Amino acid sequence: MSLVSQLPAFQVSVQSSEMAVREALKKLLDGLSPLSLDVEESGTVELVMAEALNNIVEHAYPEGDPAGPIDITCEHGADGLRLRVVDQGRGMPDGRTPLGAAANLNVDLCDMPEGGFGWFLIKDLAKDVTYHRVEPENHLSLRLAVAMA
Amino acid sequence: MDLRTRSEDNLQVVSVHDSRIDAAVAIEFKDAMRQSTDGGSETVVLDLSEVQFIDSSGLGAIVAAMKHMGQSRTLALAGLTPTVDKVFRLTRMDSVFSVFPTLDGALKELKH
Repeated sequence: MSLVSQLPAFQVSVQSSEMAVREALKKLLDGLSPLSLDVEESGTVELVMAEALNNIVEHAYPEGDPAGPIDITCEHGADGLRLRVVDQGRGMPDGRTPLGAAANLNVDLCDMPEGGFGWFLIKDLAKDVTYHRVEPENHLSLRLAVAMA
Repeated sequence: MDLRTRSEDNLQVVSVHDSRIDAAVAIEFKDAMRQSTDGGSETVVLDLSEVQFIDSSGLGAIVAAMKHMGQSRTLALAGLTPTVDKVFRLTRMDSVFSVFPTLDGALKELKH
């Protein structure tokens, strides 16, 4: 039961690039520092947002396409952190996020998966994940059950 | 990507002197691991105690390093910090690798 007032909503904006994800994560975690998240909670925030942002850099703004903005809005409430990520890159195929099923690890070494863990981690750790294409933008929203009242 | 290698009896220890293995360095890490482990000992211990953060690309790069070493060799992981441990646990990759909480523990168990 914290007596400290809630963190005001804040925004982090970066231009898509390979190093943009690190920059955005650092700014986001700096912005959350008043909440004094423990290592478990800040790890969850960093991991989910790293996966969401990596996907944007890799698939929404693929190599060869011009770079573009990635805007993150973060709001803290009684049910945790609500994060919204908006970009102006390519939309998700079929207009929806991948299912994010767990990988099958019961395979020979040479068939062991080296990818496909990103959406699994997002859907495992985040709640209320929604994606909408709002031309010309992608809107991804999710909630992380950390720093709850 | 700063990897440092040393021998401990029958083992090769590769220590990662970087705080992140993420999408920005995953390919570089994979290449550096290849160079460090090619022609090395049968069992390699990857010391991750300085790594504070790993994402799914970094996880994929560690899996790729294990696959590159082949069936007859072992890649053990040691010194997983909380967020790194979380990624291995959630993806169940902790069941694919031998995972040791500390480097000392790994050496004690694997040295002979």
